[in-house]
Amino acid sequence: MRARVFVTLKPSVFDPQGRTIADALHALGYGGVDDVRQGKYFELDLQTSEADVAKALAAEVADRVLANPVIESYRIEVD
Amino acid sequence: MKFSVIVFPGSNCDHDAYHAAVDVLGESAELVWHKDTDLKGADVVILPGGFAHGDYLRTGAMARFSPIMPAIRAFAESGGLVLGICNGFQVLLEAGLLPGAMLRNRGLKYRCEHIYIRVERTDTPFSGEAKTGQVLRIPIGHGEGNYFAPPDVLARLEANRQVVFRYTSPEGELSDSWNPNGSLNAIAGICNERGNVLGMMPHPERACEAILGGRDGLVVLKSVVAAVQSGRTVAAEELLPRP
Repeated sequence: MRARVFVTLKPSVFDPQGRTIADALHALGYGGVDDVRQGKYFELDLQTSEADVAKALAAEVADRVLANPVIESYRIEVD
Repeated sequence: MKFSVIVFPGSNCDHDAYHAAVDVLGESAELVWHKDTDLKGADVVILPGGFAHGDYLRTGAMARFSPIMPAIRAFAESGGLVLGICNGFQVLLEAGLLPGAMLRNRGLKYRCEHIYIRVERTDTPFSGEAKTGQVLRIPIGHGEGNYFAPPDVLARLEANRQVVFRYTSPEGELSDSWNPNGSLNAIAGICNERGNVLGMMPHPERACEAILGGRDGLVVLKSVVAAVQSGRTVAAEELLPRP
């Protein structure tokens, strides 16, 4: 299976890169974009064919390595 | 006494630290490759500045898995002195030896310049030769030195007096305009509760000789030497408030 892990800064943490991108978009006239949060995206190729196992493994890896729990949170999709 | 300077792939201030220890302080030092598993008889471990493992994933994140790290963790737990400078500070945060995390600098600029830091306490092995409130002019060079910790962690740091250095004006006044990266509470350097592990973004090892623009960093390294020589490698216990 493949797991996709999306890591972003927690809502409570200021994202200076996202804010700068939002400002740039506003400067280009995209007033409809309220805010931008920048993050990281990982694709994990997993041996298992069980979605629950894949999700648990991806979560463990995200907790231990892919995300820093002090500042980041993550979301996982598997297929 | 002996400094062991850890060399990660991408470290680039390892020789600065070695030079300061050997040529300026007249102490012995050894460069220790990150794949080694022992600290070569270190009295003090320095995690130097640079870009360990290319800053892949997050600054300091990969260094946590280097083979030398278990030895550093054990050394720190036994009361040994560990000084993380710049990227070394980021490594200590990622390794969980110090609390918090680093964000991109406010303003997104890589800041490479001399700044001013105020010594907040002198009862640590890293500041014993300084005067409380003394202002040091020391260089920084970083893109991710914007210290962050959740409110409860930040409150605990302050209550435990773990903030050792803060960014200030040349006169020692706290002001947002003198905070180069947006760090919470103008934090430039913190220690653990016992006081034997310290991380700081400014580079004291690059400020030990007049020819390099100033000697204000020397007081940090001299404090470390004095602490080892007198056996005071943890902060004075009675000065650490307990809940």
